[in-house]
Amino acid sequence: MTTQPAKRFEDAIPQLADVDVPAELQTWIEQRMAMYPDKKSAIIPCLMAAQKLHGWLSPEAVDQVAAVMKLTPARLVSVASFYDMFELKPSGDRTIYMCTNISCMLRGADAVMAELEKEVGVKNGGVSDDGIFLRSFECLGACDIAPMASVDGEFVGPLTVEDAKQLVADIRAGGEVLPSKQLSKRPVSATLWQNGGKVGDYDISEHVGGK
Amino acid sequence: MDELLFHNIDEPALSTIDVYEARGGYGQLRRVLADLSPDQVLEELQASSVRGRGGAGFPMGTKASFLPKGDMDKYLCCNADESEPGTFKDRELMQKNPHQLIEGMIIASYAAGINKAFIYIRGEYEQQADILDAAVAEAYNKGYLGENILGSGFSVSLVVHRGAGAYICGEETALLDSLEGKRGNPRLKPPFPANAGLFQGPTLINNVETLSNVSHIMKMGGAEYAKIGTEKSTGTKLVSVSGCVQKPGNYEIELGMSSREIIEGLAGGPPEGRTIKAWFPGGSSSPVLTPAELDLPYDFDSMAGAGSMLGSGAIMVIDDSVSIVDVALRTAKFYKHESCGKCTPCREGTSWTVKMLQRVEDGLATPMDLDIIESVCDQIMGNCLCVLGDAMAMPVSSMVKKFRPEFETHIEAARAARTPLDEATLADELDLKELAAH
Repeated sequence: MTTQPAKRFEDAIPQLADVDVPAELQTWIEQRMAMYPDKKSAIIPCLMAAQKLHGWLSPEAVDQVAAVMKLTPARLVSVASFYDMFELKPSGDRTIYMCTNISCMLRGADAVMAELEKEVGVKNGGVSDDGIFLRSFECLGACDIAPMASVDGEFVGPLTVEDAKQLVADIRAGGEVLPSKQLSKRPVSATLWQNGGKVGDYDISEHVGGK
Repeated sequence: MDELLFHNIDEPALSTIDVYEARGGYGQLRRVLADLSPDQVLEELQASSVRGRGGAGFPMGTKASFLPKGDMDKYLCCNADESEPGTFKDRELMQKNPHQLIEGMIIASYAAGINKAFIYIRGEYEQQADILDAAVAEAYNKGYLGENILGSGFSVSLVVHRGAGAYICGEETALLDSLEGKRGNPRLKPPFPANAGLFQGPTLINNVETLSNVSHIMKMGGAEYAKIGTEKSTGTKLVSVSGCVQKPGNYEIELGMSSREIIEGLAGGPPEGRTIKAWFPGGSSSPVLTPAELDLPYDFDSMAGAGSMLGSGAIMVIDDSVSIVDVALRTAKFYKHESCGKCTPCREGTSWTVKMLQRVEDGLATPMDLDIIESVCDQIMGNCLCVLGDAMAMPVSSMVKKFRPEFETHIEAARAARTPLDEATLADELDLKELAAH
């Protein structure tokens, strides 16, 4: 943030002349603002773009968005602090959101979360030394593969305690995470269950019958 | 029953415009723009009696007709925030058949005189939002969006807007605030969004599934659509079944189908050797029902008549291996986390309910705590700007009421299981050190 308290409102807005904004980010923000009748609508998408670039919503990231949008950092942080996906503290390069809401809890999410904490080496909400951020999350809208997690936006499940180990290993290996458990590869349920839970590479068959 | 929304849903590349059009997609939009007036489209939507599929169940055609006529900016917000626990139907629709939604949105915009449309999609649905972005770009390229669509003189823009993780932004007025770039706090109604919504302009807000039905309603005609389902719950419904069932997933059913057929038939029932203890018929915000209600038809009025609600159409099943106390606590924790904090009964009530349920769980409660929980829930309901507080109070109090013996047994057993605390642990638990420091 700007280090001195501003005496006038205009001084609270970082100036483009003073803030080094990566050109790509600036262009992205300007294009995004133009999509709305009111530029303030672009706050959330622009903060998310800055967070993706910086790894977390650091004061530097906020200042950059503020400078391009011509809004105060205070306003941006007041909005960001409301939403769960904004990281206002240093985060990791890789993110695991483990769902622990009702349907996932009913199918063993708590045990999977405990195993993830063990494998990653942090408590819920922590960042490991090798840059993995693990936190429990509310219902991610994938109860058909409960218990499940979102790894950088890729939904994987249903997860066993063994899968939790493999998930973290896959992240550390740098390749695809649990490809045979990715929701993006799954047909709708009616088709899937007609085929005993197995279609193409997607295999849920061992989970037929509950946890 | 012929599938409407899930027809051909697993066809490879259905999310691309070429495949969608090859299957007849955008044919209804063409016909509507060429042959029908906006009022005629509204008539069909009203004739269909289709009710909102996001949870409130308000007749869609009626809501669309509320928007004032005249030359001004008018908005359509597709509510793709899908965060009601147990609900995952919109995700599947957007992932597999985004053009079905887009076509529905354009037709609905035409009907209500809307010129600016938005899809507010939850931030966690990153892949689905990417798919929507690509589909919207395709639709623009083909001239289905933008200025003077297909030479009709009608123009509408469509922007895909991602949220950033907040259940409350599925509440329509909080969604509007969030779309305006603010914290997601609900607004007082009236005024209703139809008159003063996004940027204080006339706004229509509809769920993904509701809008996905529009092209099908136009194709068969509203009256034909109304023949599906029951008299007051017309059409098909996507039901998300999860929890203690063998075949969790999304199923398209005809409204009025027996709940037992859905849970034990389509979803395979509970695992071998287990029986159903309770079930949420409409997401975690709905009062729980028991096996006694399994033979009720699954439709808006039957669920309401049983003291619950159809809601988003998310059925979560709890079997006899699960402690109802665990479920109540997990439910309450969700709402406490997601409360925006604006209204005192919800902000305080959800927090205190979690604390009391935690005490029940940990063996620090007495049966009187159950009476206090019910009293707190009572004082939340109907006393806030939005129904998030009610959404905690209704299911939690239904669990305490219907499973009181189980709660009391748990309280006794948990108390008995506690070993006497030494002073240091007790001080820790009661935060006495922290209190002493002040």
